[in-house]
Amino acid sequence: MRIVISNSSKVPIYEQIKKEIIRGIGNKELNEGDALPSIRVLAKDIRISVMTIKKAYDELEKEGYIVTQAGKGSFVAPQNIELLREQKQREIEKYMDNIIEIAKQYNISKREILDLMEFMYGSD
Amino acid sequence: MEIEIKDLEKSYDNFSLKIPELKIPKGMIVGLIGENGAGKTTLIKCLLNIITNYKGIIKIEGKTKEEIDFNDIGVVLDNMFYPDVLKVKDLVTIMTSIYNNFSKEVFYQYLEKFNLPKDKQIKTLSKGMKKKLELASALAHKPKLLILDEATSGLDPVVRREVLDIFLEFMQQEDHTILISTHITSELERIADKIIFMNEGRIILNEEGDTLIEDYGVIRCGEKEYKMIDKEDIIRCYKNKYDYEILVKDKNRLENKYKDMVIDKISLDELMVLMIKGE
Repeated sequence: MRIVISNSSKVPIYEQIKKEIIRGIGNKELNEGDALPSIRVLAKDIRISVMTIKKAYDELEKEGYIVTQAGKGSFVAPQNIELLREQKQREIEKYMDNIIEIAKQYNISKREILDLMEFMYGSD
Repeated sequence: MEIEIKDLEKSYDNFSLKIPELKIPKGMIVGLIGENGAGKTTLIKCLLNIITNYKGIIKIEGKTKEEIDFNDIGVVLDNMFYPDVLKVKDLVTIMTSIYNNFSKEVFYQYLEKFNLPKDKQIKTLSKGMKKKLELASALAHKPKLLILDEATSGLDPVVRREVLDIFLEFMQQEDHTILISTHITSELERIADKIIFMNEGRIILNEEGDTLIEDYGVIRCGEKEYKMIDKEDIIRCYKNKYDYEILVKDKNRLENKYKDMVIDKISLDELMVLMIKGE
C-alpha cells in the first residue's frame, strides 16, 4: 500500500491519510477483509501522531470503508461498488461543470472539448 | 503512565511556575514547547522530584511524589551528568545500582542499534553520541514514561530522525507516554499528540497537535486588510515594517469569511514567535 503525506498541502493530514486508503480500496490494492496496520504501527511507519491516525480511521469507519473489531484491529469493509461508483461519478460531474464553465467563458466549442477528451482519454 | 497536576506553584525571586491544572493521558507523545526560561525545565524537575519544595499536587499514575516508582520513568536531561572518564560499558554498573529493572541486554542492544562503542571513554563521544547513550540508558530500565528535556537539541537532523523513530517504537505499547520539552519544534509537529505551550511559567496553550497545525493559521497582509479583520478573530498580531502577521484560529471558517485573504498554514515555530512577540 502507498501512503504519501505532503507537508505543504492545504489538505489536513488526517484527510490525506483517508484519501490514500480510499484510493487503495478503489484500485484494489486493498480488498475486502484485508487488515489495515494498527493505529500505532501506522503512526510509527509514517511518523504521524497517533491522534491523527485515529481521526482518519474513525472517519473511514463512519463512512463505511473499514470496520474495527475491538482487540483485533481494522479491516477493509465489504465495499458497495455501485455506491462508490456513484460517488465518483458525482465527483467527475463537478469537474465537468468547471470545464464547461471555462469553455463557455472563452468560447471553446463542445467539439473542441470532446476532441480533447478523446485524445487524453485514449492516450492513457 | 498518566500525569496529573493540580495547583502547582514554585516561586523564585524573578520567576514563578504556576499550573492550576494539567492532565497528560497515557499513550500520548506530549510536546512541551516555549522559549528558553519559560519554565519547561522547572516543570520537569518538579515531576521528577528533583525540585521537591513546590506547592500543589503532582500525581503520576495516581501516585504522589512519595509513592512514585521512579524505576518506571526514563529520563534524559539537557546536561549529561555521567563522569566522562568512564567507559560506555561502565554505565551498566552505575545504572544497575540505581534502577532495579536495568537490563544489560537491552542496554547493549541499544548501543548496537545506535552504533555506540562499548569500550570508549564517554568524553571521546560526540554530542549526538552522548545523547544517544543517555537515551539508551534511559530505555534500558524499561520505563513506561519517558521524560526528555531538550533531548534532541544540538543533534543533527539525521540523528534526530533516528531518535524520533526510537520514540515511535517506544510508543507501540499503549500505556507508554512521552513528555518531551524542546524549542526545536519542527520534528514534533507531525508526531506530537498534544502540544503544551509555556510562557513565563504559565501554560498559554494546550491543544491536540493536529488541531494546532490544521486549525491555526497566519494571515500576512497590509494595513488596509488588517483593518478589515474583526478584532475578535485576531489571536495575536505582529507588525513588521512592511506587513502584518496575524495569528488566527478556525482557519476554515475565516477562509470563507475573508475570501480575498490568504491564510497560510502555520508552523509551531511561527506560532511560538507570534504568541510571544505578537500583541
